[in-house]
Amino acid sequence: MNPISFLTQMIRIAIPYLFAASGGVVAERSGIVSLTLEGFMLSGAFAAVLGTNYSGSPWVGVLCGMVGGLIFALIHAVATIRYRADQVVVGVAINLLAIGVTRFFLKLFFASSSNSPRITGFGGNINAAGFDNPLLWMGIVVAPLVAFVVYKTPFGLRVRAAGEHPDAAESVGVSVKRVRYAAVAISGILAALGGVYLALDQHQFTDQMTAGRGFIAISAVIFGRWDPIRAALACLLFAAAETLQIQLQGSHAIPSQFIEMIPYALTIIALAGVVGRAVPPAALGRAQG
Amino acid sequence: MSAATQPIGVKPTTAGTPWRERAEEALIPPFVALLVALICGDLLILSYGQSPAAVYRLLLEGTWGNAYGFGQVLYKATTLAFTGLAVSFGLRAGLFNIGGESQLAAGGFAAALTGLVLPAATPLALALPLCMLAAGLAGGVVGSVPAYLKTRFGAHEVIVTIMLNFIVLALLNWFIAGHLHVPETLHTPEIQAGVLPRLSDIDSRFHGSAANLALVVAVVVAVAVWFYLFRGRGGYELRAVGLQPDAAEYGGISVGRVWMRALTFSGVIAGIGGINYVLGYKHYYEDGFASGAGFLGIAVALVGRNHPFGVLLAAFFFATLSQGGLAIHAFVPKQMMDVLQGVVIIAVAMSVPEVTRILRSARRRSDA
Amino acid sequence: MREAGGGRREAGERSEDLDSVGSSAVAPPASRLPPPAIRMDGIAKTFGDCVALRGASLEVTPGEIHALVGENGAGKSTLMKVLGGLIKPDAGRVEIDGRDVTGWSTSDAISTGIGIVHQHFMLVPTLSVAENLVLGCEPKKRGVVLDEEQAAEDVRKLSRETGLVIEPERLISDLSVGEAQRVEILKVLFRGARILVLDEPTAVLSPPEVRELWTVLRRLREKGDTIVLITHRLDEVVELSDTITVMRAGKTVGRMKTSETNPADIARRMVGREVSLSSGKRVQPLARPMAAESNQGLTVQNLSVTGSRGNRVVDDVSFAVKPGEILGIAGVEGNGQTELIEAIAGLRSAASGRILIDGVEITRHNVASRHDAGLSHIPEDRHRRGLIMEYTVGDNLILGLQRFFSKNGVIDSDRVMENAMEEISSFDIRPPNPLLASRALSGGNQQKVVVAREMGRKFSILLASQPTRGVDVGAIEFIHQQLLDARAQGKAILLVSAELNEVLALSDRIAVMYRGKFAAVMPTADATEDLLGEYMIGTRKGNAA
Repeated sequence: MNPISFLTQMIRIAIPYLFAASGGVVAERSGIVSLTLEGFMLSGAFAAVLGTNYSGSPWVGVLCGMVGGLIFALIHAVATIRYRADQVVVGVAINLLAIGVTRFFLKLFFASSSNSPRITGFGGNINAAGFDNPLLWMGIVVAPLVAFVVYKTPFGLRVRAAGEHPDAAESVGVSVKRVRYAAVAISGILAALGGVYLALDQHQFTDQMTAGRGFIAISAVIFGRWDPIRAALACLLFAAAETLQIQLQGSHAIPSQFIEMIPYALTIIALAGVVGRAVPPAALGRAQG
Repeated sequence: MSAATQPIGVKPTTAGTPWRERAEEALIPPFVALLVALICGDLLILSYGQSPAAVYRLLLEGTWGNAYGFGQVLYKATTLAFTGLAVSFGLRAGLFNIGGESQLAAGGFAAALTGLVLPAATPLALALPLCMLAAGLAGGVVGSVPAYLKTRFGAHEVIVTIMLNFIVLALLNWFIAGHLHVPETLHTPEIQAGVLPRLSDIDSRFHGSAANLALVVAVVVAVAVWFYLFRGRGGYELRAVGLQPDAAEYGGISVGRVWMRALTFSGVIAGIGGINYVLGYKHYYEDGFASGAGFLGIAVALVGRNHPFGVLLAAFFFATLSQGGLAIHAFVPKQMMDVLQGVVIIAVAMSVPEVTRILRSARRRSDA
Repeated sequence: MREAGGGRREAGERSEDLDSVGSSAVAPPASRLPPPAIRMDGIAKTFGDCVALRGASLEVTPGEIHALVGENGAGKSTLMKVLGGLIKPDAGRVEIDGRDVTGWSTSDAISTGIGIVHQHFMLVPTLSVAENLVLGCEPKKRGVVLDEEQAAEDVRKLSRETGLVIEPERLISDLSVGEAQRVEILKVLFRGARILVLDEPTAVLSPPEVRELWTVLRRLREKGDTIVLITHRLDEVVELSDTITVMRAGKTVGRMKTSETNPADIARRMVGREVSLSSGKRVQPLARPMAAESNQGLTVQNLSVTGSRGNRVVDDVSFAVKPGEILGIAGVEGNGQTELIEAIAGLRSAASGRILIDGVEITRHNVASRHDAGLSHIPEDRHRRGLIMEYTVGDNLILGLQRFFSKNGVIDSDRVMENAMEEISSFDIRPPNPLLASRALSGGNQQKVVVAREMGRKFSILLASQPTRGVDVGAIEFIHQQLLDARAQGKAILLVSAELNEVLALSDRIAVMYRGKFAAVMPTADATEDLLGEYMIGTRKGNAA
C-alpha cells in the first residue's frame, strides 16, 4: 500500500463528508438540528444528474444540485422556524422525503427504479488521481472557508450568538429567525455539493446513493465539537478508516463491518464525554420566540 | 380533618368534562396531514397524466378491496405498529428513540436464533413466548445503551440511537455474513420451532399474504402499553416525567430511573416486533429486513399522536399507503407513496404546534 | 379562567391605594416643562392565562434616577420589556420625549437611545466581551470581515470614557458577576443609550461592587442620562433615586419623590394587601405546651446553599420548628428563601449543613424518602412544580402518593376518584370536576388542589412557600385556616411568604431573611410591620441565632 495513493483516495472519499459537515456546522451552530444532511446530499446528487443530463455540462449540474439542496433546506427551515415543528421529526421526514422525491423523479425522468443514465463528470485524467476535478478542490477549501465565515465575519458572529443565547441576540436587534434561515440554506447548499461531487464522480445517480454519508457527516460535526476545522479533521479520520478498509479488503485482518462502525462509535464516545465533553450549542433544537 | 368545619361546596361531578378539547387537539393535526397528503397525491398523479379519482379507487381496491391486498396491509401494519409503539412509548417520557430499526433487527435475530436452537417439536405455546422473550431481551439490551448514556452522562438519545443503529446493524451483518448464513444468501437457516400460523391458514381467501399471528401479538402489546401508560403506576410516573419533569421530581419521582425504564422498554417493544418477519413470514432472519421501519415508526407515532390505539390506526394507514403503491404501480410509480410519506410527516409535525396555539387562543377569547 | 378576578379586588380596595399620579409636589405648568423622558399609560399585557400588567403607568423626568419598585410578579420587568420593544402591549400608550412609540421593535428602541440592562444577563457566554459588545452593529473591514481590532478598541475607548474597565478579549463565561454587569452596561452605552433601565442590578453583587455601580450611575446622571432602576432593595432606592414608582399586581399604585417618603411607607405600599381579613389578627398561643422532646420537628443546622453564580444564597442558617408551631420567614423575595425551602424539600443540594426531621438526619435523602420521613411541601411555583397541568385534578391530587393508590402496580381509579371527590368537596375546588385538566382551573383553585394534596397526606413537617400567591380572597382565608388547623394538630410548619400580613397573622415566631441569612428571629408578639420592614430592607441589621 503506497502512502500517496492512500492519501489521494482518502481525500476523495472525504470530500462529500467535508462539504456536508461544513454545512452541518453552520446550521447547528445557529441552533437548528441537522439530521437532514443525508437528505440534502441525496437531493443535490439527483438534481445535479438531472441538470447535467439535460444540459451536457457538469457545471450546470453543480448549479442544479445547489438548487436542489436549497429547496429541501427551505422546507426544513420553514417547518422548524416558522411553524416550530419538532426539529428531529422534520429532520427524519426530510430524509424520507428526499428518498421519495428522488425515486419518484428518477422514475418520471429516467424510467428507472434504480439508476439514471450515465453522465459526464469533471476531470477524467487517470494520472491526476482525481485532482483535476474542480469540486475536489472546492471540497478541500470549504472547511477553512466556513471556519473563516463562522469566526471572522459579522454573520458568523450572529450565527454563534443565535445558537448559544438567542435571547441575547434578539435583545440587540438581531433577527434570530433570519440568521437561522440563512444558516440552514447554507447547510443545504453545501451538503448538496457533497452529493453533487458523489454523483458526478460516479457518473450517475443510483437510488439512495448517499448510503448514510450524511450521518457520518453529523458524526464528524459532533466529534469535532461543532468547530469547522475539527469537524474537517474528523471527516479525514473517518475517510482514512474507510480507505484502510478498502485497501485491506480480502486480507481478513479486521472485518469491514468494524471499520464501518468507527465513526459512529467515536461519536457515542464523544457524547459520553470520555474524550472531553462534546457540548452542543446551548440553544440547539429549541424553537425561538 | 377540616371537612367537619367547612360547609360542603358544590357537589363534585364529572359532567361537562371537556373531552372535546383534548380530542380536538389530538385529532385535528392528522386530519390536516391527510388533507395535505391528498392534495399532494393529486398533484403527483396529475403529473403522470392520470386521473386522481381513478388512481385512488384502484388504490382502495388493491388494499382494502381484496383479501390478498388487505392481508398484506395487515402484515406491513404489524411491523409498523411495533416500531410506532416503541417510539411513542419513549416520547411519552419525553425521549426520542430513533433506534427502532436496530432494535427490531436485533429482536428478529434473537428470535431466529431461538427458533433454530429449539427442537422442531416444540409446541408453539412454548416456542412463541421463548422467542418473544429473546427478541424483547435483545431489543431491550440495545435500548438500554442510550438509556444508560442519557441517565449517566446526559448524552442526547437522538444521536446515540442513530449512531447505534449503524453499529448494531453492522454487527449483525458481520454475524450473518461471517458465520450464520445460508450460502449464496444473507439469511440464517430456516427455523424449526416458533413458526407462526398465517392468516391464510384460517381463511384461505388471504392466500399468499404474509399476515400472521404477530398481528395479534401487536394488538396485545398495544393494549398492554395502553394499560401500563394510563392505568399503571409506572405509566403515571412516566407520563409525568414526559410532561413536566420538574413537577415529577417535586413529587418524588426519580426522573433518571424513569428514563432508563422508558428507553429500555421502548427497545423491548421494537425488538418483539422482529417476530413478524422472522417467525411469521420468512422463517429466517435476513439482513436488511428492518430497513426503514425505525424511521417510519416515528411517522406512525407522530400521526398516531403517541397513543397506542392511534398508533395502530396510523400503522394501518401507512401500511395502506405502502401496499397501495404496489397496487397502482401500473399507472403511477409506487415511489409516489414514498413522497407522500415524507409529506404527511412534515405536515403533521408542522400542524401540531400551530393547531394547539390556534385552538388555545380561540378558547381563551371565547372564555373572556 | 383568569387570575383573581379584577372585579372582586376592586371592591375591597382601600382608599389610599390610588393609581393616579397624585403626588404632592406643586408642578410648574406643563407647557413650560420638557416632555417626560418616558411616559407609559394604561399598559395591559396578558400571557396565556396570566395577566402580567393591568393598567400600569410610569412617568420619568429627563436626567433623573427613577426607582421602579414592587415585589416579584408585580410586573416591573414586563413593563420594561414593553418599553424596550421586546414585548408589544395589549393596550396602553408609550411615549418617549413626547413622541408616541407604542408597540415599537427592539431595533427602534435601541436606535432611539433606550438601553436595558437585564436582570438575567443577555450576554453570550461563549463569546468575548468585544464580540458581545458589537453584536448586531459589527464593525467591518473590507466589507466582509469582522474587524476585531476595532471592536476591541471600541471597548477600551468606552471603558476610558465611563470608568467601566474590562478587557475586550475575555470570555463572558470567565467573568465575575460584577464584571459581566459592567459589560451589559457598556453594551447599552455603546449603542448610544441615553435612557438606561437596570433590572435588579444589585441582586447578585457584593457590597463593594454595589458601591462601584452607584458611582457609575451617578456619573451617568451627571452626563445627562436618564436612569430607571428596578429594584426591591429599598435601602438602595432611598440612597440613590430622585423619584419612586411603586407597582403591585400589574398596576402602578404610587408615585412619589424620594425626599418625601420613607422606607416603611414604600414597603407598605409594595407589600401590603388591600383587603386583609387577617390584618390585625394574631395567632392565639396554643393552650397546650409544645412538645417537650427536643428533637421533634424540623431542625436545620448551619445550612448553606450555593447559587447559580457561585455565591452563597443561603448562608449558614440554623433554626428549628417545633411541633404545633408555625415559624414564618418574612423577607423580600430573592434573599434566599426559595433556595432554603428547596434544600429542605430535597430539590436542591446543600453545600454544607444538616437537616433533621424528628431527630433523623435527611440531608442526603431524596425527595421520596423525605416524604416518607413526614415532610410535605406546598411549592411556591405551582405551574412548574406543584401541578402537572395536563393531568386531571384527580391525578394531580395523588402526585407523590401514587403508590398508596395502587395495588400490584395498577392504579386503583376508584380510590383515586373517591379521594378526589372528598378533597374537592372539603376544599371547595371549582369547577368540582375531578376529570378536568388542571390547566383549566383558576389560580386559586389550582392552589387549593396543591394544598388539599399536601395537607391530606400524613405529615409532621409542612413547608408552605407563598401558599396564597395569586389566590382569591375567599381561598386565602380557607388556606390560612387549614394551616392553623394543622398547627393545632401538632404539625410543625415552616411558612415563607412575601406578604407581611400573612406572616404576622399566622406565625408563632417570625424570622426575617436578608441576603441569605436570618437577620432577626423573634416571637410574633414582639414584631410590628415597621420593625420587620426595617429588617427586610436591610436598614436594621441584627444578629439572629
